[in-house]
Amino acid sequence: MIHLFSHSLPLSVKYLFWGASFFLLLFFFLPLLVVLGVSLASRGLYGGVEWIATLDNYRRLADPLMGIIFFRSLIFASLATIVCAVIGFPLAYMVARASPRWQLLLLTLVMIPFWTNFLVRTYAWILLLRADGLVNAFLIWFGIQSEPLSLLFTDFAVALGLIYGYLPFMVLPLIVAIERISPHLEEAAYDLYASVGAMFRHVVLPLSKPGFVAGGVLVFIPSLGAFITPYLLGGGQKMMIGTLIQQEFLVSRDWPFGSALSFALMGTALILWFLVSRTSFGKSLP
Amino acid sequence: MTHLHNPRIKVFFFLLWCVFGSLLGSCSNSSSPSESEEAVPPTLYYYTWSDYVDSEIMAAFEASYGVRVVVDTFSSNEELLAKVQTGMTGYDVAVPSDFMAGIMGRLGLLAELDLSRIPHSQDLEPHLTHLPFDPTQKFAIPYLWGTVGIGYNAEIVTEVPTSWDVLWDPQYSGRISMLNDQREVFGLALRALGHSLNSRDPRIIQEAKKRLIQQKPLVKAYTSELYDHLLLSGDVVLAHGWGGPVARAMQEDSSIRYAIPQEGGTIWTDCLAVLASSQNKTLAMEFINYLLSDQVALQTSTRLLFASANRHVRHQLPAKIRDNIAVYPPDEVLSRMEWMEDVHEAIRDYDRAWTELKVH
Repeated sequence: MIHLFSHSLPLSVKYLFWGASFFLLLFFFLPLLVVLGVSLASRGLYGGVEWIATLDNYRRLADPLMGIIFFRSLIFASLATIVCAVIGFPLAYMVARASPRWQLLLLTLVMIPFWTNFLVRTYAWILLLRADGLVNAFLIWFGIQSEPLSLLFTDFAVALGLIYGYLPFMVLPLIVAIERISPHLEEAAYDLYASVGAMFRHVVLPLSKPGFVAGGVLVFIPSLGAFITPYLLGGGQKMMIGTLIQQEFLVSRDWPFGSALSFALMGTALILWFLVSRTSFGKSLP
Repeated sequence: MTHLHNPRIKVFFFLLWCVFGSLLGSCSNSSSPSESEEAVPPTLYYYTWSDYVDSEIMAAFEASYGVRVVVDTFSSNEELLAKVQTGMTGYDVAVPSDFMAGIMGRLGLLAELDLSRIPHSQDLEPHLTHLPFDPTQKFAIPYLWGTVGIGYNAEIVTEVPTSWDVLWDPQYSGRISMLNDQREVFGLALRALGHSLNSRDPRIIQEAKKRLIQQKPLVKAYTSELYDHLLLSGDVVLAHGWGGPVARAMQEDSSIRYAIPQEGGTIWTDCLAVLASSQNKTLAMEFINYLLSDQVALQTSTRLLFASANRHVRHQLPAKIRDNIAVYPPDEVLSRMEWMEDVHEAIRDYDRAWTELKVH
């Protein structure tokens, strides 16, 4: 714990702390309070918010349908996180251990997708995956497949879209974590006759844990609330929690219920984060 | 502060800057019209559907009226309502669809129109006057209109679809797309079952839901944006959709057709309306009149392949467009069509049923 009021701390750090707190209060907690307030209000006749207090919106969450939707979103988000970690780790290791010149190039390549709008990149997958798209043309040309595969508007396409979209969020924290591991530790492992596998298992992977945790959160949370990907690549077939929240706000004009759903989503994410931070940091975190 | 000179840290900050730069970049396109203004020429703020924007027409209006037009776009009626409800948006003219014009009118968000300033409001198609959502024609003037029907590929669907039931035909399994719009999808099922598409009786909504759940295994996608592309690419052969995009797909592929089933369906119109908060109502009404004038309306309908509310346009359009039922439904069809209305509290039943459909 930082001793904020001790005199040993430089003044600038205190200013930074209060600055950050003010920022959080203004741009995070106050809007959150508004959402909380709306979630306890009622829907107006034509949409909009009537300030009549009710717990009705939270009662509607008890619907088994909501359970199915939350569960499905959790499965997709977990899958995306695990696959991103599996793909992301070798990539991050390569970037972190590259020579400075190569590193800049590789990092830039990881970042380039961010320069294009997420929506545009998701549309590009539609062109790739559809019946007369590139992937099917490729499969048929090589004789792997005689009929076009049904790729677009499937669960596969949704998972692919999520993994593609959030992979950089896993890779970047992992690069930072791996860079911090001294190469001498790896050399020491080899000197002690560790195989490559054993070295990774006992040295690099455990020390990369902060990167996995940070990357995991950065992939998991947005995947859990994703709505563009399930809509565009899933063909609007399967309702996910993000799609449902978007529907409540923009279709049914039921802001109070949408707010309650948002709160439930945030609660789920917080509980999971709490569990993960418990198991991964042990007692070192509050 | 020496660590700031570490090249790796520099790289990190550079990348951070790239990420945030791109995030900010993607947000800035929805700039609000209330931003700084030099206000030398009067400025009109027009809030419309993204595909309705025609820079040529805007430039012509700017030139002949000596004003500046700032266009901003929305992609759903609900988005329009949400934005306008926040209060001072600065927009002057907006384009709500029929039922939304009714809601906005009742909520006091629309200004009363001075029809003497909009002489072209006298040129409306006869069936577009005194509509249920604005019977006294006080708040909104129809602009473009059309129907919801079935776009199909005549090479594969060889019989002209006469009933919505074709969308339940297992022969076309996996080659059907439906609009991703709960009211339109339920409306279709309700009409197929012989009910009004504005039914509010929960039992009837449940009945429609059961039919739609039966249909779901046959449906390739629920999409309101992609069905014309899916028809063209061959991913689907039957698409529940608006006439305009189907008509545009027809221009690219002659095997694509449009049908309006016997049971009838939705007729819609997007209306021009002046917002109550507009600072420039006179100019707004002149703008509406301009958009409805024969030449401008003709140009709009030719490009979008949506029928114009101005009745003179029909006769000036090439026969190919005029006789296309995806653009101009035949008169005998009109009596079978129904306007979509706000269903008040029943929206919750629709919402629950739609969610259930999407969970199956």
